[in-house]
Amino acid sequence: MTLFDIIALLLKLVFVLAVVLNAVPVVIWFERRGSAWMQGRVGPNRVGPFGLLQPVADVIKFIFKEDFVPKEASKFYYHVAPMIAAVAPFAAFAAIPFGSFLAIGGQQVPLQIASLDIGILSVLAFAGLEVYPIMLAGWASNNKYSMFGALRGSSQMVSYEIALGLSLVSMLLIYGTLNLTEMVVYQDQLMFGFMPRWGIFLNPIAFLIFLIAIFAETNRLPFDLPEGDAELVAGYHTEYGATKFAMFFFAEYVAMIMASSLLITLFFGGYALFPGLETVIAGIAGALQLSPEWTQNIRAAFQVAGFIFKVGCMMFFYVWVRWTFPRFRFDQLMNLGWKILFPLALVNLLFVALVIAWMGG
Amino acid sequence: MSDSITTTEPRQNLSDFYNPNVLVNLGPSHPAMHGTLRVMCRVNGEVIEDSTCEIGYLHRAIEKLAENKTYHQWIVYTDRLNYCSALTNNIAYVMAVEDILGIQVTDRCMWIRVICMELSRIIDHIICVAINALDMGALTCFWYLYHWREEAYTMIEAMCGMRLTTSYARIGGMSYDLPDNFDELMAKFIKGLPKSLDDVEKLLTTNRIWTDRTRGVGKLTREQAIDLGVTGPCLRASGVDFDLRRDRPYYTYPELDFEVAVGLNGDVYDRYLVRIEEMRQSLKILKQCMKKLPKGPLWVEDKRVFIPNKQDVYTKMEVLIHHFKIFMEGIDVPPGEAYNAVEAPNGELGFYVVSRGGPKAWRIKIKSPSLLHFQSFETSAKGSKIPDAIAILGSLNIIAGELDR
Repeated sequence: MTLFDIIALLLKLVFVLAVVLNAVPVVIWFERRGSAWMQGRVGPNRVGPFGLLQPVADVIKFIFKEDFVPKEASKFYYHVAPMIAAVAPFAAFAAIPFGSFLAIGGQQVPLQIASLDIGILSVLAFAGLEVYPIMLAGWASNNKYSMFGALRGSSQMVSYEIALGLSLVSMLLIYGTLNLTEMVVYQDQLMFGFMPRWGIFLNPIAFLIFLIAIFAETNRLPFDLPEGDAELVAGYHTEYGATKFAMFFFAEYVAMIMASSLLITLFFGGYALFPGLETVIAGIAGALQLSPEWTQNIRAAFQVAGFIFKVGCMMFFYVWVRWTFPRFRFDQLMNLGWKILFPLALVNLLFVALVIAWMGG
Repeated sequence: MSDSITTTEPRQNLSDFYNPNVLVNLGPSHPAMHGTLRVMCRVNGEVIEDSTCEIGYLHRAIEKLAENKTYHQWIVYTDRLNYCSALTNNIAYVMAVEDILGIQVTDRCMWIRVICMELSRIIDHIICVAINALDMGALTCFWYLYHWREEAYTMIEAMCGMRLTTSYARIGGMSYDLPDNFDELMAKFIKGLPKSLDDVEKLLTTNRIWTDRTRGVGKLTREQAIDLGVTGPCLRASGVDFDLRRDRPYYTYPELDFEVAVGLNGDVYDRYLVRIEEMRQSLKILKQCMKKLPKGPLWVEDKRVFIPNKQDVYTKMEVLIHHFKIFMEGIDVPPGEAYNAVEAPNGELGFYVVSRGGPKAWRIKIKSPSLLHFQSFETSAKGSKIPDAIAILGSLNIIAGELDR
């Protein structure tokens, strides 16, 4: 590894961290203002322009609150849980490509922190860690409501992860790779001459299953059962306050962004440009007389912007759904997971496999 | 509370019930326990095997206070019964006192009281439906409906100067006449609310998640509902076609054209539907009331209860003395007793007033629907899950102020 590589890697790390860390307050702001907009309210509008600094005020409030620990709590796990919650979704970002590559001084810098051949597995592994903080927090708090939250969280995980995995396998069959960048490259082409060859068009059922599953994975309404605010007070984080609660809260949004990124990469072409943008880039490059190297850099910038745009749309969808639906009951979620999604995913997988075999792989 | 009527098996030992490993305390401080209800549930996983309700956390001895306050002074206490529909409580109480006095209020007063009762029925049902949806995670419906609740409160504020604790009714009349712009306010309300109701129905009524969560949950059969003394929308949701407004009419209800919404299954879903339909019917009634509202005097011409005009109090000697007597001594109610029940938003709200003469009641007993509804909770919650219990409790619309009194 040369010095150049190390510097590039560090810069990428900083970039991803900065973007995600700054995206969270924006998403939280949007959640509040967006929900207010959907509900005919005003929403927070006092702190900063349009209330944009509200999340900052929230963070300051959380930090300065008393760091209360219940007397009977299991101290170590009680403290560890929010940390895992905050770190796990960040780690999952490592394998997600957010652009093709930059060309700097004759070297190529792939816009991805870790270009892994098993990228998708690494993302899933870290995403799967997200259930541990729920279980640990629920168990360690020594509170019955937290305990219920933890139980629900773990049973929820079991019931949706299989469907999620199966829908993923059917996509892997189509793409023929575990490497996320290669998946994006596969999708960066046209079908029938006009349609982008995105996963959602190739395999819409897998997309639906995956979509439902990531709502469950990120504990968002209608699947926010571990939290279940009216039933379980606050579910697994009932006993958490101050910064530790902020970490759970923050983690929820990072997990949402992460899950959206994964969904975008698998089903919406990831960083692949929208059809037609290539001509725009060629036009810009032609007008400014750019070298091929700089043309590539401009293209990469468009790709990153496009990726962020797609994730933003997905986040809007998250907020939209949350403020539309009531919550499931947890046995209904199990029914949905085991009796509908699981067989559906299985049949879909079989169908995809047969089609691929018929088409000659 | 004793065993619910439908339970045949004896209750397990109290020590079993209190065994901390199986006991989950819903309330008295819990986000879904509107006010200060307490339900102790013996759970197996999330299934409630048995539950028992403890009441009294909001007990303020309101009935006892009635023995030490004059009839007028006690009106403010009725506001604090079901604080979501204070207007109905005020009116139901003064109706009972007027019965003992043998007073027939004026036409205009009757119509205004009907308007008040229907308005408070709407805001009470808004609370019930909205909070029930909120407890099940549908926050947007809550805001859609609460907008119109605020509009209704603005209207009530214009009527009597208060939003929540109205104390609008007086024995023999109302404290104020309707404001000048009341027609406008009401027209806006009648026009706007159905739109929000439609929105909420679109979000909930055919929503698969909502129907799954509410259908067959908290079922009370016709017989159970009658046995347990359930009244109002919850009784009608169980399929009993009974509404005091129609079956024991008071005031101007016989002149009004409205339908009584009746459900089939007595589950949370039917209660929701019944309430939504009742809101629509109430709007229909309000529309008719606004058309038929007669001009004329608001107060009865009865020296015993007549509260004179403020302007006259300041300028006329006799009127000043009369005013002084009414407020310093109170109204002299002849010995006798009266029970008066109205169809309050929650069910049959009755006031039993016993007078032995003088300005204070000898005894007042309130028949509050919430108390009886809360006893049905034990029956309907058995065998359901914790989220169901929350849904049932929301659909019964138990108001702690009315429950504990």
